Parts: sequence; structure tokens; C-alpha cells
Amino acid sequence: MTEPILKLDDVRKRYNVGTPIETEVLHGIGFTLQVAEFAALIGPSGSGKSTLLNVIGLLERPTSGSVRVRGEETTTLDDAGITALRGRAIGFVFQFHHLIPAFTALENVMMPMMIERGRRDAEMQSRARELLVEVGLEQALGKKPAELSGGMQQRVAIARSLAMRAPLVLADEPTGNLDTKTADDVFALMRRFNERFGTAFLIVTHDPRLAARCDRTIELVDGQVVSDRPTIRPQP
Amino acid sequence: MPTEWILALRFLREGRFQTALIILGVTAGVAVIMTITELIGGLQGNLTARVLGVQAHIVVKPAEEDTRLVLDRDAESVAARIEKRAQRLRSIDQWESALGIIERTPGVVAVSPTVSGSGFAARGAATKSVALLGVVPDRYLRVIGIDRYIVQGQFRVVASDAVIGVELARDLGVTVGDRIRLTTAEGGNETVTIAGLFDIGSRDLNRRWVFVSQRQAQSMLGLPGGVTNIDLVVNEIFQAERIAQTIGRATNLNAESWMATNAQVLAAFDNQNMTTRVIRGFVVLIVALGIASVLVVSVVQKQKEIGILRAMGASSGSILQVFLIQGAIVGLAGAVLGSVLGSVIAYVLSNALRNADGSQLFTPELALSTYLGAIGVALLVGVLAAIAPARRAARLDPVAAIRQG
Repeated sequence: MTEPILKLDDVRKRYNVGTPIETEVLHGIGFTLQVAEFAALIGPSGSGKSTLLNVIGLLERPTSGSVRVRGEETTTLDDAGITALRGRAIGFVFQFHHLIPAFTALENVMMPMMIERGRRDAEMQSRARELLVEVGLEQALGKKPAELSGGMQQRVAIARSLAMRAPLVLADEPTGNLDTKTADDVFALMRRFNERFGTAFLIVTHDPRLAARCDRTIELVDGQVVSDRPTIRPQP
Repeated sequence: MPTEWILALRFLREGRFQTALIILGVTAGVAVIMTITELIGGLQGNLTARVLGVQAHIVVKPAEEDTRLVLDRDAESVAARIEKRAQRLRSIDQWESALGIIERTPGVVAVSPTVSGSGFAARGAATKSVALLGVVPDRYLRVIGIDRYIVQGQFRVVASDAVIGVELARDLGVTVGDRIRLTTAEGGNETVTIAGLFDIGSRDLNRRWVFVSQRQAQSMLGLPGGVTNIDLVVNEIFQAERIAQTIGRATNLNAESWMATNAQVLAAFDNQNMTTRVIRGFVVLIVALGIASVLVVSVVQKQKEIGILRAMGASSGSILQVFLIQGAIVGLAGAVLGSVLGSVIAYVLSNALRNADGSQLFTPELALSTYLGAIGVALLVGVLAAIAPARRAARLDPVAAIRQG
């Protein structure tokens, strides 16, 4: 069996450790995500979804437990190792796209590659162009984020998350700020990339409609996984 | 181009107004420093040139004659008052040998043995007190370029020719080609022909100095074969005092540098330099604070972008570099523009500020070293000022940065 792309084991996250207001937000989370899986992470506000996503995305360290990305234990890595692995293995799509306003759509997609290689070159430009064509934005290559609609910005963000051919993309409410039609388009795009490139997606969403279109749904309540099941789709 | 440079340049371009303001601030600061440096340097140079234009860097004279107390050890009486001796006009003892020592002293460029003493210049009923200067023209002109100040005739002091100042010529009612009588207390009495008139910009000296041949001065002052002083110039004017001390020790003569005779001018230079340094220090501080404050604001404004970049794999070192580069660019751009502006201001001032005789008060040097110095300092200040904001940016927690941005 292939190595899971992500493996969490008894992951706990506490804030204000050692103080009277110490709070545990994640209580022993454990699950795995296989290569090319397309999973939804759902749960009410305050259930710890964003914290879990930050821990998986190596933006925050867990207080205890194990987080393995592509089989590599991340909790023992130093900051430089964490940063390098994050850049290489994980793509992010945020709710508010979080593109860099000073750069064009093309440059935003190139950015993860520029950071990794320390310069820009023709090859990364061509890859970024391909990705933007793939998301239907060939007309918007030279446009700055402010010149694009919300849906277009989110498509650029998805293209950017795939720039490094990361095996895992974490999406935090990627459609939360979009109208239904645009949300459907963006979701379809992620699905297409998942199927085409074998990229695993873990999508945090409040939208049960979108969660129902994922292959698997992990439900988090009060910092604990209360259910983790394959999505049962109505038969066509 | 490295990614950090691309990010730094783009961030600066994005915050156009802020960037322009801070570059303008650095420009103004560098321009002030450049202008002050040029102005003070130029003024001091001009003043030094004027002081040294008609003055030897070092004048070597016979040691002063002291009164020796001669008392019998067992005598009961003691002298209640010891009078200082009057310093008579006398030649330097074995001056040729002293001249050789002086010429071989490191740093000495040219040496001129001179005979000087007081006398009177007369024409008809007009008599004026003058200072006779007996020189060997070839040697003297290498020490003091008096020929530059000749306004009529030429600097020719051979046989019975003499060169006098324009004021003395006016007082005596003479011009080039006329004859005047020179007398001295030592019994000298000669009639000389005026070969040239000089104007060295000092009425007093124009009225007093009379150049004659060395042989004639020796004869008139009763110093056959002797010289009263040895004038010399050195290659580094501010080393004059040190060289004078060396010569004094080597010859046992009284060597006096221009720095000792113009101590007040030098003290004024020192005070000016100190004031200039303080002003420059404050300007540098203000520029540094300006750059730092703008970059701190920039870090706050760019929190979200910093968070995104960190999430995409940018190391904290890269983020640090992005802001240090911004500081360097701002410093460098301001330094280049400030150098140009400072040069223009110095040029305008040099044309606007005039001496009493209408000549330029100072000439801006605008040396390459001044530009490189200003650019180097501004670059360094830019980077140093950026350290605190850059560290702050590098330490930002990506999650908090994205959330708060």
C-alpha cells in the first residue's frame, strides 16, 4: 500500500501552556489522508478546523502528537526544515484568496517556485501560464488581483497552490466568499485538478452541499473527530 | 534577479508615495551633508589658501638671544629685575649648512633663504617705513608665488631692481620704471628702479613689502653673506607643525610653522569641523529614523503578504532580506539624488557667495571620495535603519500575519 500523504496521530494543540488560561483546542486528533484523496473537513465554528488546518499545513506546531507528511515526521524538524517541507509538499487556498496585490496573476502563481528556487526563470513562467490557462484565466495573466473578480482571484489562488506540484492542498473555506455559481466553478476546478494530477485535497467548508461532493467527510466538534466517513452520494 | 530583490523592489514600487517620501527625506539629508561638507571644506580651503598664499609654511630664524644671569655663587646681592634682551637683526649662524639639513628633511618641498629687515622708502619729500625682503627669485617664487600677484611690470629683483606693492607706489607717487631711494638704520642707502608692482589683497602688506635682490638687502642691512630667515613650503600643509619641530631639533634654530602663527584660525577650523560633525550626525540620525519609521509602517501594512509568503515556503531569513534590501535601495537612491542636489546647491552657493574683491568665496571640490563617502554612509544607514523593521517582519507568525493582515 502506498504511503499516506498525511498521517496524524493523537495531535493535541494547547494555547497559553502553563498559564491559568491554558486551553486545549485539539484533543488527540488522528486520521490519515491518502494520495489523491478529496476530503472535506466540516464542523461548527470554534470546533478547531482552522487550527487543525494550520497544524497540518505546518504553520503551527502541535503541542503533542505526530504529524507525518509523505511519511516524514514533522514535529522533530527545525524551522528551516518545516519551511522547506511546507513550500515543497503543501499548497494553500485561503478563503480570501490572499494573493499578493503588488504582483500580477502570473507572478502570483510563479511565487512559490520563485521562493523555492530563489529567482525567476522562463520555465516557471511557462508552468504558471499553463496553470492559469488550465483555470481559464489566459486573458488575465498580466492583471493584478485588484483587477480580477472574487471568483477569478480564487482560481488564481488554486493555480498557485498547484504550482509546486504539491501532493497536498489545504483549502480553508475556498468558496466561502463566493456566490453559488462561482463556488461551484471553483469547486469543480479543484476536483478536476485532484483527478488530473492526483493531488490530495483537504477542504474546510461550512457548505454541506460542497462537503457532500467530496469523497470523504471528516467532522470535527470541540476539537475532536466525531465522524470520519466516505460521502454517500445519491445514486444518479 | 534573486526573489528577495524582486519582492523588495515590487513592495517599494507598490507603496509609491511612501517610497517617494522617504527617498526625498534621504535625498534632503544627503544634500545637506554634501552642501555642508563642500561649503565648510571650501571656505576653509579658501581661507587657508589666502593665509598661505603670501606666507611660507615654515619660517626658520635664529634662536632668540637670552639674557644670561652671571652671578658669583657666594655673592650676597641678587638681581632684582632681569631685563629681556632686545632681539637684534642677525644672520643665521652657518645658514648654508642649516639650509642643507632643511632641504633634506622629509616633507619639505622648497626652501628659500631670505634677508629681511626694516628700512625706509623715499621719493622726494615722501618717506614710508617698509620691510626689505632680499630674495633669490628662483627659490623664493617656489615658496611664495608672489609673481601671481604682479599687476604691473614683472617680478625682477636683480641688481638695483625692486618690486613694491601698489599701495606703496600710490603713496610715493611712483610706477614701474621710476626710481625710489631705500635707506636702513644700518646705514644702507640705495636707489632702486621699480621693476614691478604687486597686489596681494592686503593693503598693509602692499604698503610695506619691498623686494630687492638678496645681495642688495645683505649690503643695506649690514649682513654681508648672511640670511635672517629660511622660508620653506611642505607637501602636507597640516604636517607643517610636526616638520617645524623636526627642523628645530635638527638645526637648533627657531622653526615656526604657519599653524603656530595662525593658531586662532586653526582653532576656528576645529570648532567649525566639530559643529559640522554634530550637524552631520543629527542629519544621519534623522534620516535613519525616517527610513526605520517608514519601513515599520510598511511591515505593518504588508503583514498579510508576509504571512502568505511564509506559508508558501519563504524563510524568515528571506523576509529579513526583503526589508534590508528595501532599506539599502532607499538609502542608495536617496544618496545618489542627494549627491546631485548637494552638488547643485554647492555650485549655486559658490557662485552666489563672493569675497570683498568679487572673487568666489569658495570653489566646490566635489571630489569622488565625497560622493562615495555619502553613498556609502547612506547605504549603511539605510541597511542599519532597516534592521529593526526587518527583524520584526521576519519574526511575524505566519498564521497571525494572515489573520490580522
